[in-house]
Amino acid sequence: MLDIVKGAVSQGLLWSIMAIGIYITYRILDISDLTSEGSFTLGAATLASLSVAGVHPLLALLMSMVAGGLAGLVTGLMHTKLKIPTLLAGILSMTGIYSVNLRIMGKANVSLNNQETILSLVAKWLGLSRERDAALIVGIFFALVVVVLLYLLLNTEFGYALRATGTNENMIRASGVNTNFTKVAGLVLGNALIALSGGLVCQYNGYADVAMGIGAIVIGLASVIIGEVFFGRSRIFLSLVGVVFGSIIYRIIVALVLRAGFPANDMRLFTAILVAIAISLPQIKANLQSFLASRKEEAE
Amino acid sequence: MLTAEHLSKTFNKGTINQKTAIKDVSLELHDGDFVTVIGGNGAGKSTLLNLISGLHTRDKGKITIDGMVISKLPEYKRAKYIGRVFQDPMMGTCADMTIEENLAMAFRRGKRRGLHWGISEKERQFFKRQLEMLELGLEDRMSSKVGLLSGGQRQALTLLMATMMYEVTPTESVEKNLIYALNRGHRPLLKRHLSAKQCADLSWHGKRPLSQLLMVKASELDKPDYQALQDLMSELTKPKLLLLDEHTAALDPKTAKKVLELTETLISRHHLTTIMITHNMRDALAYGNRLWMMNNGQLALDIPAEKKKTLQVNDLLGLFEDVVGESLNNDRMLLS
Repeated sequence: MLDIVKGAVSQGLLWSIMAIGIYITYRILDISDLTSEGSFTLGAATLASLSVAGVHPLLALLMSMVAGGLAGLVTGLMHTKLKIPTLLAGILSMTGIYSVNLRIMGKANVSLNNQETILSLVAKWLGLSRERDAALIVGIFFALVVVVLLYLLLNTEFGYALRATGTNENMIRASGVNTNFTKVAGLVLGNALIALSGGLVCQYNGYADVAMGIGAIVIGLASVIIGEVFFGRSRIFLSLVGVVFGSIIYRIIVALVLRAGFPANDMRLFTAILVAIAISLPQIKANLQSFLASRKEEAE
Repeated sequence: MLTAEHLSKTFNKGTINQKTAIKDVSLELHDGDFVTVIGGNGAGKSTLLNLISGLHTRDKGKITIDGMVISKLPEYKRAKYIGRVFQDPMMGTCADMTIEENLAMAFRRGKRRGLHWGISEKERQFFKRQLEMLELGLEDRMSSKVGLLSGGQRQALTLLMATMMYEVTPTESVEKNLIYALNRGHRPLLKRHLSAKQCADLSWHGKRPLSQLLMVKASELDKPDYQALQDLMSELTKPKLLLLDEHTAALDPKTAKKVLELTETLISRHHLTTIMITHNMRDALAYGNRLWMMNNGQLALDIPAEKKKTLQVNDLLGLFEDVVGESLNNDRMLLS
């Protein structure tokens, strides 16, 4: 049991970086960016191919981020320069990246075999017998660094402009900010983090699979929303910490549900329903209230 | 100051919804002019302002500010020169961000956004003093989100954001202060020192010549020179043009009056060149030195300062009927 929770927490931490990427595009920029589905796999594919070719795992992770950033750049330019709506731009990127991923990997699934990963490096360094024990430490390190750096970034002049682009584009353009630039920058940053997470998860799983990104955006949203339930939305630092915890809680729920005998294949349906309910909760509440009010009126 | 030549704009060209909003408008504003604009719905008032600010791109024509052609610049680049307040109080501020964050963003109008902190302690103190002048108690709520403010408070804040200028830092030298103001971006970017020519180009009205004061700490200046430095910094960093698009229309009458009074105070104190659209004839006469009447996408009347002073609401109604060619039955035109 303890092992299951530990595994869930490690996975939650590694996936939380993807969720933070979703947080940047979905919450800060107010864009539903479907590129994520592709860039997560892109990060994994890049890492797997480079690792198999003998590249140092840290450098490979960096290249994953670059690849993800490029994916975000493509979506951003399609939206800002070619005026394609963000949703469609994301779908086009996602579809295109699928082929790119197959090109990078050469097949649908690439195993890391016994190549060095960041996990094996840390395990060796700390003298741990199992690589998966290192995942917890690596996960905490990356999540912490990403949260702190992003929090600092969001409090810079550029960070203010990024946040304002998502809430009132009109206002920030009136104060002289090129919102096309901030949008592209946000998409690049978000997808770079998503790809980084893809690379880390690939190292944890020991393989990259062309289908591993399917449902990533929904999982990311679930983490963001679960985080908001516990940490609120009003303070940035708490929101970011909330996303990480949301991701961990999501993984623990998944682990428990699976342990209870729930078929693994139904997991995505379960997650989708969970997110749909969570997002529509305010509307359901409002409908319920007006329904109750009308019932009361009739009774009187 | 501001000129527009043969400005035209047609929306939805080539469709059944085609509408010519601005037809061959030419106009000129002088430094310090405060013009009020009236006209019926669809007369082209807002479109004119939006063409100047760059929210809409013009089809034809040329717009200049201080001799610079701005009609080809994107909206965000024109923002360097133009302060704006919109009709909708939601539009001018960021509801999700705090009062001080909003002020800090507006304070950087026309400046490149880098990786410096979004707001400094010094700025926080400065914003506090600026907010005190509004007398709305906002100075004690600087870290609350703007979304919590009322419409009137948000408009007052937007007005402040649109007109903020730099103040003297007493602990720095005169030269440092001036470079700080110049680097805002209204003039070409400067590095460490001011050249003799750059000094001569500045409109200095202090007692002693500016070239002798450059190395002096601002706090050690005589009173007249200190004031001259402050005036110069305001002049360098104030918006060259202030555009107000019915910014009190969404407020209740009492709040609207307060915001209008604040508008007048800020404009006259800093000698701001302003265009203000209003639906209220009385306000159109009470404020500003010039008056434009728009009809059918054209400037139907440009009433100069001397004539405006003698005008009464009834005269204005008469003029309006002459222009439009029908009697006034537009209920959005307020007379009181």
